[in-house]
This record gives sequence, structure tokens and C-alpha cells, in this order.
Amino acid sequence: MGQDLILQVKNLVTAFDTETGKIRAVEDISFEVKKGKTLGIVGESGCGKSVTSLSIMRLLPKPAGSIESGSIILDGVDLTKLPIDKMHKVRGNRISMIFQEPMTALNPVQKIGQQLGESYKLHYPQMTDDEIRKTSIELLDKVGIPVPERRVDEYPHQISGGMRQRVMIAMALACKPDILIADEPTTALDVTIQAQILELMKELQRETGMSILFITHDLGVIAELCDDVVVMYAGKVVETAPVKELFKNPKHPYTKGLLNSIPKLANTRKIKLDTIEGMVPSLYELPKGCRFQNRCGCVGNECDQTPNLSAVGSNHYAACHKL
Amino acid sequence: MSEHLLEVNNLKMHFPIHGGIFWKHIGNVYAVDDVSFNIKPGETVGLVGESGCGKTTVGRTILHLYDPTAGRVIFDNQDISKLPKKKLRQLRRDIQMIFQDPYESLNSRHTIGEILKEPFVIHGIGAEAERTAEVKKLLLKVGLSENVMTRYPHEFSGGQRQRIGIARAVALKPKMIICDEPVSALDVSIQSQILNLLLDLQQDMNLTYIFIAHDLAVVRHISDRVAVMYLGKIVEFTDADSIYENPLHPYTQALISAIPVPDPEADTSKKQILIGDVPSPINPPSGCRFHTRCPMATDMCVEREPTLQAAKGTSGEAHLVSCHYA
Repeated sequence: MGQDLILQVKNLVTAFDTETGKIRAVEDISFEVKKGKTLGIVGESGCGKSVTSLSIMRLLPKPAGSIESGSIILDGVDLTKLPIDKMHKVRGNRISMIFQEPMTALNPVQKIGQQLGESYKLHYPQMTDDEIRKTSIELLDKVGIPVPERRVDEYPHQISGGMRQRVMIAMALACKPDILIADEPTTALDVTIQAQILELMKELQRETGMSILFITHDLGVIAELCDDVVVMYAGKVVETAPVKELFKNPKHPYTKGLLNSIPKLANTRKIKLDTIEGMVPSLYELPKGCRFQNRCGCVGNECDQTPNLSAVGSNHYAACHKL
Repeated sequence: MSEHLLEVNNLKMHFPIHGGIFWKHIGNVYAVDDVSFNIKPGETVGLVGESGCGKTTVGRTILHLYDPTAGRVIFDNQDISKLPKKKLRQLRRDIQMIFQDPYESLNSRHTIGEILKEPFVIHGIGAEAERTAEVKKLLLKVGLSENVMTRYPHEFSGGQRQRIGIARAVALKPKMIICDEPVSALDVSIQSQILNLLLDLQQDMNLTYIFIAHDLAVVRHISDRVAVMYLGKIVEFTDADSIYENPLHPYTQALISAIPVPDPEADTSKKQILIGDVPSPINPPSGCRFHTRCPMATDMCVEREPTLQAAKGTSGEAHLVSCHYA
């Protein structure tokens, strides 16, 4: 494993047992997160991007969800095979996660200070309460919360959505993780607050050198924050490339469609937007072969075979027969 | 006769807050505070702003879902702000609404046929057979097939449900539709389909839209003129191109600069990042409501409230802005 890689996901398959049979929300995906860099996973609802992050954290809903095969390697250790008590030591300490909705992710009946201190209590049992309080206040100050001495004794409902997301970030960063998984952290926030949070994440990354796995549906956020991008569609990786290459030179018809269908500020007004016709197939009735074929403009006979990711440029891979 | 289909004059919507042991009136949420604008027939006016700025309340007050605290709403040369309940029904035939959440705005126990026939039933239009024929036409118009009439909302995806919501809104051939965040809950590839549908319908049926959204790129795409709202007030109102190319209000400038641009090579060094959160509409700041976050606020901004007026170098209603320094 290369020196500059921190996390490698190889041929991951995550399946859910449902009343109507087993479905594979994520099927055979592979990607790598580089040290100190940001990898973005982009895709629409149901493409499997959140399931991927939950698989890495081993937080899949039990008993329905399970990792069927594949490996998730953090610094040479396969997380999928780790006993659960060892996994507890990884979570929060080596890999942390922040979620979309900061109100539901925080405990409403615990003070912010208590929730922040929890990770220290778990991972650094030798710290005293005074030390924990002091470090928590410093941490809140670092994520840009005004008057942190007062905020530690407040409850989540007393602060705004943007502030709550800052608290979430502070909690995630408490133990200086190697990787921060951010699952749509700014989707519920207003644009001006989103800009604040993105700036904060960039700043903290510069300071701590952590890697970020950023999951979003917003291509604008991807362009602004990420170094490399993975595009997912219906549980599969369809394209992966460095960010500039992906936006300049998209190869997969889905990526192209996605980029063309966003209204741009510079666009002429009231002109018809390009669309991707139809909708994402249900995981219960996936088409045979390429999963994008029912919406693709350039579908051919070979598309009933599953395409593999193949090189289409330097560090640029796409899964399409027509390239 | 006015050239405008809708005129909103000094509209105010204050929601009372009650509290204490005697449930006394202890304050107000100043959701919409002195908003004026007008719309010509066939035009699309976008209302943008962040959560809590009052954009949705403006839409609902126009439709008379709330009784306005003060101000006048003139629709089709008729003052509708003081209309008696009986006359409201006719009004709501002419002004329809499309909602944000396609999952909650359709009755899950009714079939699509029943949902779409309801407007005709309420207004007593046509016999059963005619209604069915109309519904079939509507479904085709919004890009669904006729045989979905017997199915239930849960069988459809978000984008398809939004199409059903749109079909219901255009059923009675309204003059104006208030679209309240119609694409915010949808994926990008579906979002563009719905925007195209809205543009098509506008052309076919000569509709007038009020388009409420927080996504500025979407609003620019569909609107002729755009009003930017902040804490219950319009801070800037001009045509869609000027608002993006030449924003004058510091809030508009910050809002536009905060949008992530889908181009990794875009210059982000000049990005303006506002500090702090939107203040509470219960206790809005004195003077200019934006002064607590404005990078160029002075003492004058704290003391005196600016009015929405023609920007320097413009005349009439071409470019209205509410800032002492614009």
C-alpha cells in the first residue's frame, strides 16, 4: 500500500435484507483516500453514497445491513474483519463522522460540553474533568463559536443550525482523527452558512493534515472542496478522476448529463436545460448489465454486459463500453 | 386598468407570540415587514433569501392562507386582501400553488385520478366523464401516462409526484402560480426536468409565476425579475441579469459569492464570507436589518432604516435597492 494512502476500499459489497429479498445497495466499489486530501463522493439519492460511509464506520443498521464482501483498509488493517471492541477504538479516534442534520445528530437533553467531553472520556480516560472542560472550550473556540465558555453549558436547541454543525465538527475533531467522513454536512444549511462551514473545514484540514471523505449531491461543493471525485450511480462507481479533470473532461454519459443539467449562474435564462430522461432504477429491478442504460443516450448492444472501470486518462477511470 | 396582474403594497404579516401564565401577547414574529412589488402578466418573479427571510410567508399571504396584518394585495384589479371567505374560492381558482415537498402535499389515501379530479369537484366543473377526460389531458401535459390514474402517490418517485402536484395546480387554468421551492427536494437530474416542464407550461398557458427558492442558480434560470429578501424585507429588486451581474446590496453580493461554483478552476480567493447568523425576526436589528453582518456598516446604518428606492444612476423601478450606500 502506497505511503500516501490512508484508506483503501476494495470491491466493497454492502447488502440489505428486505421483505422482498436481498438488495445490494453498494456493489463492488473501490476507491482510495489520500493522506491530507479530500475525496468527494457525488451521486443522487439512492446511489449508495451514504451506505458506503456507514460501511466504513461499520454503522450499518443491524440486522438488515451487512458487508457481504470486500475490504476496507485503514493503515494496513482491514476494518471489515476487526472485532467490534477494536472498532470502538477506531471510531471517533481514527475516523470520525459528521452528519447532515445536526439537530438529530446531537443529544437534545445533554449540554454541549458533556457531548464534546464524551469522546475524551472514551479515548483518553486519564483526563480529568477540568482538563476536558478546558480542552472542550478550546475546541469550540477553534471551530469559530463565539463565547465558548458560555456555549459549553448550553443545550443544542439554544444555538443555530450553523453553530450546531460547528459543534458536530468540534466533536468529530476532538481526538484528531486521520479521516473525517462528512455526509452531506451542509445540505441542511443556508448558502451563507454553508460557505462558512466549508471554509472552516478547509482551514482545519490545512492545520491538522487530516483526510476528508466528503459525500454530497452538490457538484458546486465538490468543485470547491475536493481534490479527487468518485461519481456513483445505482450502487456502482461510474467514474473517478481528479476534480479538475472530471469537470473539464467528463467521460461517462451520466457524469456528462449531471454536469449539463445544473443551471449555471452564467447561463442564458429560460433556455431549456439538458436533462437526463427517466429516473434512477429501483434496486429491486436493476437492468442487466450497465445500470445507466435505460437513461443513456448512447446505449448499444454491448451494454447488457456490466462495464468495468477502465483508464480513460491519467488517474481517470470510467465504466462505460462506449469509451 | 393596471398593467400589472398582481400588486403587493406595503404588505405586513406579523405573527403574534403568546406566553406567560395568562397567555398574554408578548411579542411578534415580524415575518414580512413592509414588502411591495408587482408582477406583469406572463412574467416570472423570483423571491430568494435564506430560511426565515419571509419568502414563503409572502407567497402564502398573497394566496390569503394568512390574513395580512397590513397592506394591500391587488390581483387582476381587485383588492383581495380584504376579500370575504365566500369570494376566496374564485380567487384560488385563479392563483394556485405548488409546494416544496412532493411527499406531503398529496393525499396518500387518494388515487392520482381522485387527486386531480378534486379541483373540478370543488369548483363544480363538468360531469364525471368530462372530468376524467380533463385529467387524462393533464397527465399527458405534465409527461405522465394516462394509466396512472388508478395508482397511489406512494408508487411514484419524487419527480413524478412533483409532476402530479403541477398537474393539480394547472388543472383549472389559473392565471398565476406560486411555486414554493418546487425543485428543492429533488435530485439535480430530476430538477432540470421539472424546470423545463414549468417553462413549457408557462409558454403554453401564459402563466405568471412567483418562484420562491433559496437556490440562486435555479431562480436566475427561470425568473425575469428577482427580489432578494432578508429578515422580512426586500433588499434588492431588479431583473434577473442585473442581480447577478451587478448586485448592489451587500447582502446580495455575499449571497451570490457564497454559491459554490461547479468549476474547480473558478477563482475563490475573492469569496465573501458573511460572519454570524441571521438575527431573529422576533427582535430584528435597528436601522438596516443587515447591519449586524454587513462588512461596510456604519453608524448611520444602525440608526436609520434605508428605504427600497431606485439605485444611483437608474430611474423608475429598473433597479431597486435598500441600502444607504448603493
